[in-house]
Amino acid sequence: MAAMPFELERPWHLDRQVAIRPEPFGALAYHFGTRRLSFLKSRKLLDVVQALDEQPTALAACRSAGVTDQELPAYHRALETLASSGMVVEHPAAAPVVTKEAERA
Amino acid sequence: MRDAATAPRLVDHFEAGLDAPICLTWELTYACNLACIHCLSSSGRRDPRELTTAECFGVIDELQAMQVFYVNVGGGEPTVRRDFWEILDYATAHDVGVKFSTNGSRITEQAAARVAANDYLDVQISLDGASADVNDAIRGPGSFATAIRALERLAGAGAPSFKISVVITRENMDQLDDFEALADHFGAQLRLTRLRPSGRGADVWDRLHPTQSQQRRLYDWLVERGDKVLTGDSFFHLAAYGEPLAGLNMCGAGRVVCLIDPIGDVYACPFAIHDAFRAGNIRAHGGFQSIWRDSELFTDLRQPQTGGACASCSHFDSCRGGCMAAKFFTGLPLTGPDPECVLGNGESLLSLLPERDVPRPAADHSRRRPVSLCDESPLAGFEVIR
Repeated sequence: MAAMPFELERPWHLDRQVAIRPEPFGALAYHFGTRRLSFLKSRKLLDVVQALDEQPTALAACRSAGVTDQELPAYHRALETLASSGMVVEHPAAAPVVTKEAERA
Repeated sequence: MRDAATAPRLVDHFEAGLDAPICLTWELTYACNLACIHCLSSSGRRDPRELTTAECFGVIDELQAMQVFYVNVGGGEPTVRRDFWEILDYATAHDVGVKFSTNGSRITEQAAARVAANDYLDVQISLDGASADVNDAIRGPGSFATAIRALERLAGAGAPSFKISVVITRENMDQLDDFEALADHFGAQLRLTRLRPSGRGADVWDRLHPTQSQQRRLYDWLVERGDKVLTGDSFFHLAAYGEPLAGLNMCGAGRVVCLIDPIGDVYACPFAIHDAFRAGNIRAHGGFQSIWRDSELFTDLRQPQTGGACASCSHFDSCRGGCMAAKFFTGLPLTGPDPECVLGNGESLLSLLPERDVPRPAADHSRRRPVSLCDESPLAGFEVIR
């Protein structure tokens, strides 16, 4: 699946069908709709993902989790990957375009 | 994020164990209406100590609390349990997805509709030949037709995703393309797994496990297909041929994988039903969670592995010594090569040990008589006239 450009300045959230399990290395994320399992490879990425819901934008979620300017490109890429597999989706109010995963779910 | 060069690899974390399994197999019963010659769990007869419905619900409550996202349900033939659907419904209502394996004999149109309607339910139909002759020689007369009928019903019911699950043998290796065509025909996903010398598989392994040249062909075929064909990380010992196959490529026993058997015994993996790999029983105080987190066996399996004789091999990083159960049940040392080591090291070791002491499985529920219709229902074979 081609990765869509991930806009940090927009509101994003975890897909409702995704469950997250914290682990010593970070977390496991499982999408009950697509049956995809993803590994979040750091605790900080877990914090970012969990902050998405309460923060107005993905950038704000990164900031609230303590992601530095230097680290931001890596976290941007990680979020892009999560978005391309439907784990993270744009807030419905902000994005009328649904991803394929969401349609299937 | 840390520098890729200094950060521990994911596989290192996995080898040290996780807070809960990623992939848990739960065999609901040893009862089975078939008697496949390679059955991993030597199934046939129901064990009178089988977990009750209430105990099964208890297991599910624990799995939910531990956030085990899904379980692979099998047996025996799990659908012969009277409370089978009740257990499944309870699991999926408690955030535990279910993928169950069946020979298809009880996939009625109603059952297929049920699978199609439940978002958290997946099914895989076992088929060990792409033709009746090859399949039925392993799984018994009529089993090919039964499986095909189940696949037709699942496709007919519009089930969004179901699988055909094949154990690769010397006999069906030439049918890889046929299996793929069959899966495409039904809109199913193909899953290939490795023949293990576990359970009754030990009796047929010598004559049915793929030859070296077949293994090579299998590897190339799988590499070509990428993640289109599933393998359940079954063939990671083949990674020594070159690039790793899709999956974690490690032995997950007791680290990311385990088995709960029908009587609640917890084993390191589904292929290791033997006292040496039994970590405890969920009926004991502390239940499954304490076994997973604290049992001596699992703690031990999570220690760094030395690799023994294999550690100096240049391929050790890719195959990591292969499958623990395959070594154990062929009588090879756990620190030695996999019996199907692609360099032939396992094979030569086996030939040096013609009189090797091969461990037998802990539990044998094989039938002592031919399978009859009565095994499914006490009234089967009788016509009830009203």
